Amino acid sequence: MALHFELVTPSKLVRSEDVHMVVVPGAEGEFGVLEGHAPFMSTVRDGTVQVYKTEGSAPENIEVRGGFAEVGDKGLTVLAEHVED
Amino acid sequence: MASLKELKDRIKSVKSTQKITKAKQMVAAAKLRKAQAAAEAARPYAERLAGVMGSLASKVSGDSAPLLLRGTGSNQRHLLVVVNTDKGLCGGLNANIVKEAKKQARKLIAEGKDVTFYLVGKKGRAPIKRDYAGKIDHHYDTSEMRNPDFEEAEKIADDLVARFEKGEFDIAHLIYPVFKSALAQDPTTVQLLPVPAPEDAVASDAAVEYEPDEEEILEDLLPRYIKTQLFGALLEREASEQGASMTAMDNATRNAGELIDKLTIQYNRSRQAAITTELIEIIAGAEAL
Repeated sequence: MALHFELVTPSKLVRSEDVHMVVVPGAEGEFGVLEGHAPFMSTVRDGTVQVYKTEGSAPENIEVRGGFAEVGDKGLTVLAEHVED
Repeated sequence: MASLKELKDRIKSVKSTQKITKAKQMVAAAKLRKAQAAAEAARPYAERLAGVMGSLASKVSGDSAPLLLRGTGSNQRHLLVVVNTDKGLCGGLNANIVKEAKKQARKLIAEGKDVTFYLVGKKGRAPIKRDYAGKIDHHYDTSEMRNPDFEEAEKIADDLVARFEKGEFDIAHLIYPVFKSALAQDPTTVQLLPVPAPEDAVASDAAVEYEPDEEEILEDLLPRYIKTQLFGALLEREASEQGASMTAMDNATRNAGELIDKLTIQYNRSRQAAITTELIEIIAGAEAL
């Protein structure tokens, strides 16, 4: 039960890890991604990506600007121009 | 024959030059490692973005495609975006980039197109101005930037996209050095605007959901793709500059070493000749008594 989550900026690969759930601030509303999510692409508005390492744990917040999210067989990939930890 | 003092001074000056080139070589080697690491780190983003772009661009086509993909419909006015370094001391790197730019310009002019230049970096200005004085549209100064950062690439891209949307040119080409190794940096030309349709468009089999729709995502991604390309060019330039600089300085250090050896031999010979003459004078004087 793990979702592979990658967060990439132009200058580096910020995260590449297995997590429980990620909540992404999509352009048309927030969406949570769990393992086995259907293929999906969305632009991301400037905001906070919440990463839940395990079920019920407190989320880790990552600020992103200029983002784009893609869900495929390999998991969730968030491309962001700027990231503030 | 130069006097002993002159030779000594000469050796001293070559030695201090050698120290400088040696130091510059070591600095370049250290910076090269950093630049290569940065270029490496930027790759995942560029690859993913190119992948997404490819699959989207194959779906959106025809008149509904955004301007940045579709182009202005004409190919008369060409803009050459030439990425040069800001500093010298890097061998033939800038000369090679300029040569490639001029080759492209000649080719386009021979086809009857209008060519203008958009120069990034200082070192391309003088040689391009010599041949195409009235055709330089804009200089973009990157000398303030110590390491290539994405914001710089963003500014260049925004400027280019704004000019494109105003209809100042039809097609933009990007000319920049591709870092192969410390010995080889190849100047390369790629089409920047309109974004060329990817050749190996993989039609994704899975039914992907888009939010908002494909066109809007594409419209959002295209400027970002251009930024990424420019950022990549800046990173390659940095690595190429340091690589070329390292090689050039290595050669310079070696040449200085050879020169010092040659001068030292000459110095010793003249010193010995002087001593011999003095001895002969003394002996001749003693014999005369």
